[in-house]
Amino acid sequence: MASSQLVAPELASIKVHGVTREAFLIRSTLAAAATYGALSATPYITRALAEDSGGDIDILNYALTLEYLEAEFYTLGIKQVKGLSSDEKKLAKEIRDNEDEHVDALAATVKKLGGKAAKKPTFDFGGAFGGRAVFLKTANTLEDAGVSAYNGGGPLISSKDVLAAAGSIVQVEARHAALIRLIRNKPPAPLSFDKPASMDAILKKVGPFIKS
Amino acid sequence: MTDSALRELADDPSSRKRFLKMMGGAGAVSAFGVLLAACGDDDKKDAGSTSTPAASSDDGMKEDLAVLNYALTLEFLEARFYKQVIESGIVKDPKVGSIAKKFGQSEQEHVEALKATITKLGGTPVKAPATKFEETLEKGLTAVLETAADVENLGAAAYLGAAGRITNKEVLAAALAIHSVEARHAAALNQLLGRGFGGKKGALNGTIPDGAFAKGMDEAAVLAAVKPFLA
Repeated sequence: MASSQLVAPELASIKVHGVTREAFLIRSTLAAAATYGALSATPYITRALAEDSGGDIDILNYALTLEYLEAEFYTLGIKQVKGLSSDEKKLAKEIRDNEDEHVDALAATVKKLGGKAAKKPTFDFGGAFGGRAVFLKTANTLEDAGVSAYNGGGPLISSKDVLAAAGSIVQVEARHAALIRLIRNKPPAPLSFDKPASMDAILKKVGPFIKS
Repeated sequence: MTDSALRELADDPSSRKRFLKMMGGAGAVSAFGVLLAACGDDDKKDAGSTSTPAASSDDGMKEDLAVLNYALTLEFLEARFYKQVIESGIVKDPKVGSIAKKFGQSEQEHVEALKATITKLGGTPVKAPATKFEETLEKGLTAVLETAADVENLGAAAYLGAAGRITNKEVLAAALAIHSVEARHAAALNQLLGRGFGGKKGALNGTIPDGAFAKGMDEAAVLAAVKPFLA
């Protein structure tokens, strides 16, 4: 596995691969996004950056942060949102359980590659738990964004093992998205090709939820 | 949270519309270029042109073409099935009908995009296989939806199983963009069938049949599974 090539993992956090490595430390990026209104000029991940497992670790931590976000969203939503039908509550719980497993798997993978798993940020979901409709709409947004994030990140992954893991997760995110969409009476698969999204685009969507 | 932040978080209809317009208005080749351009490589001026740095090795290119033709065969099969289902008039429910139509249309777009990509990479697209769905159609709507769900689950598992074989990053991006659509189709059809979240263990059903981590299938297993539908 490519992990053995990462000679000095502690250097990964300061090493610069053409673009400031800082841009890829997801927590600081997200914090900046929260502070400065989502879109500080974060350069997009370039392929070159993913040419060693340091790049893979960054992508995994990015995914991990999104999974923390989703897991927390459903955990709180199940408790706080009023007016969910029993089917909707059941679906939210089942999805939450999947997201929790994704969090654990991604954190474990980062560690296995010699990296440091991103910590769970503090979230603020604003008015997303104000009612059934806004909760499900936000869930829809998060799941669709999750699919686009993984689809955008996938080709940047260098290790085949990490790609396989990301692929097996994104398929489940896509299924979540379809189920949430169906429950909202929206087309489950609105596009013929799920659009890959850059980190910037994803941050624009989820940045406001991240407090620190 | 402010209203504008909420709006920001809502689906982004303008960019989606823009994307769809580009996808719909252009031919398959440029549609594919748009798809690839959407992968976010700012440096590339023309994402539609064949710059294939990662697949410069002949072996990698050959394998990519093999995967693309394998995917094309599956997409032909899916597109053909939906076409026959819609033409048969078996679907009366308008909600199910619009879903079948949309899914079938997407499969046809996958066919066109894959054919264009294979040609662009210097390969020859395989011909559409002869299919036999007549028996399924005669069994009625439930059997039709079950078959659709099974084939979509197979499709998703096939793309997932093949992703690691792909060398060219742009081909991989395209495969991923299709993979998650197959997964959406599979989940939606399973849901329409009233199948539960988990499904039966070991069976290709359930909206999330493998639990939190989807399992890929290798080509031999997928081809064996679709064999009953090939004439």
